[in-house]
Amino acid sequence: MISVEHVTKTYHTRFGPRVILDDVNLSLAPGRNIGILGRNGAGKSTLIRLISGAEQPTSGRVRRGMSVSWPLAFGGAFQTHLTGLDNLKFICRIHGVDYKPLVSFVEDFTELGVYFREPVMHYSQGMLTRLAFALSMAIEFDCFLIDEAMVVGDARFHERCHVELFQKRKDRAFILVTHDANSIRTYCEDACVLHDGKLIPFPTVDAAYEFYMNIEHTSPVLSEA
Amino acid sequence: MTNNASFLNALTIQRRVLFALLMREVITRFGRDNIGVMWIFIEPMIFTVGVAALWTAAGLSHGSGIPIVAFAITGYSSVLLWRNCASRSIGAIHANINLLYHRNVRVVDVLLTRSILEVAGATMSFVILSTLFIALEWMSPPIDLLKVISGWLMLAWFGTALALLVGAATAYSEVVEKIWVPTTYLLFPLSGAPFMVDWLPVKLQQVVLLLPMVHGVELLREGYFGNTVRSHYDIGYMAFCCIVLTLAGLYLVRDAGRRVEAL
Repeated sequence: MISVEHVTKTYHTRFGPRVILDDVNLSLAPGRNIGILGRNGAGKSTLIRLISGAEQPTSGRVRRGMSVSWPLAFGGAFQTHLTGLDNLKFICRIHGVDYKPLVSFVEDFTELGVYFREPVMHYSQGMLTRLAFALSMAIEFDCFLIDEAMVVGDARFHERCHVELFQKRKDRAFILVTHDANSIRTYCEDACVLHDGKLIPFPTVDAAYEFYMNIEHTSPVLSEA
Repeated sequence: MTNNASFLNALTIQRRVLFALLMREVITRFGRDNIGVMWIFIEPMIFTVGVAALWTAAGLSHGSGIPIVAFAITGYSSVLLWRNCASRSIGAIHANINLLYHRNVRVVDVLLTRSILEVAGATMSFVILSTLFIALEWMSPPIDLLKVISGWLMLAWFGTALALLVGAATAYSEVVEKIWVPTTYLLFPLSGAPFMVDWLPVKLQQVVLLLPMVHGVELLREGYFGNTVRSHYDIGYMAFCCIVLTLAGLYLVRDAGRRVEAL
């Protein structure tokens, strides 16, 4: 069980404190999944970082009763001077897993070729995303946190992600945050909308979708966080 | 799970994370080319030999009867020990910011990793150089090895505590970095490395002995030279300073961890 309890997050800006998340509550049982819709700057990535434990809430708490991945995003979590292989070794070391049996899976999935042994700073955005995805699949987490990583990349990448995550690991939980309402409809059994710092639950994915489509066209766009 | 088991669990994670960070630092800092990881002690050795040569030429221990080579090696090695810890802690958070994305990797791990590497490098440099010069009979072996080791460990503690404080402080303001460099330059002549406290006028002795690292160097040199030198130190005072620095450092590190935003 993952539970987010009365979590508030405030960032300091030059114009004073800015509340990004305001008394957010969420819980997720093992094997279940939820999609969180929000526009650019709504605080989706912040929420994912808080759930992962990469950042601490200003108030409230996050309980993690199962193993939770790091936020699987465009390419954070890498040390860019290290090679893809070194990054795999690093991640295996912090999780206490032997890296050797995983090399072939990661090499195969990422299709990086010789770049697997080149520093990550020379990677393209697509290569970074493939590596990020493969590395988080390499460690067997109970819950995966996915921050729009599925939205970038080509059709082939989408398909392979789909196989790895939604077929091979369909017993796992995941939280998917995105501004793309269609991917939530495709992948998630429940959905919430993050709007004005509040996390609004909905009984069905379709209800969340409708609400989101509505606010997307009515309220002004927030600045990118 | 009992508290004991979760504490052991936390220790295991701590050990894993420190090891992973050490490997990462070694690869990114020293690379895999040429002599690679050996730079960890070659670099401080080059510094120490250079300074020892300069001090010998300048006759810095003039009139004290202390052999100049050993005086320079003990002095400059101890400066490198605490100063490199603190200096390398600057930029440590920034360089590892992406790794803080992983829940188990904390600011304290990043700072401790760099201190471990600096202490290891300075220690290897000191041991190799003294062994070499003793073998060449350019300096004699230490009189009381235990005192030398105690002084060295105290300086390593001081350096690590300082590294936590300075490293965490950089998360608050970039000014820290700018102030730290001139501070090290100003501290160096006062650090106890280029003089023995006994050579100074009594008034100045009292001022210099306010600096914790001076006590460590004095202890180390008493261990090295025995009764040929008159040392002034109070290890209780140095330990007290180190405890205060460590606690302040840990407090700041914890608070810095809340401020740092992973990308």
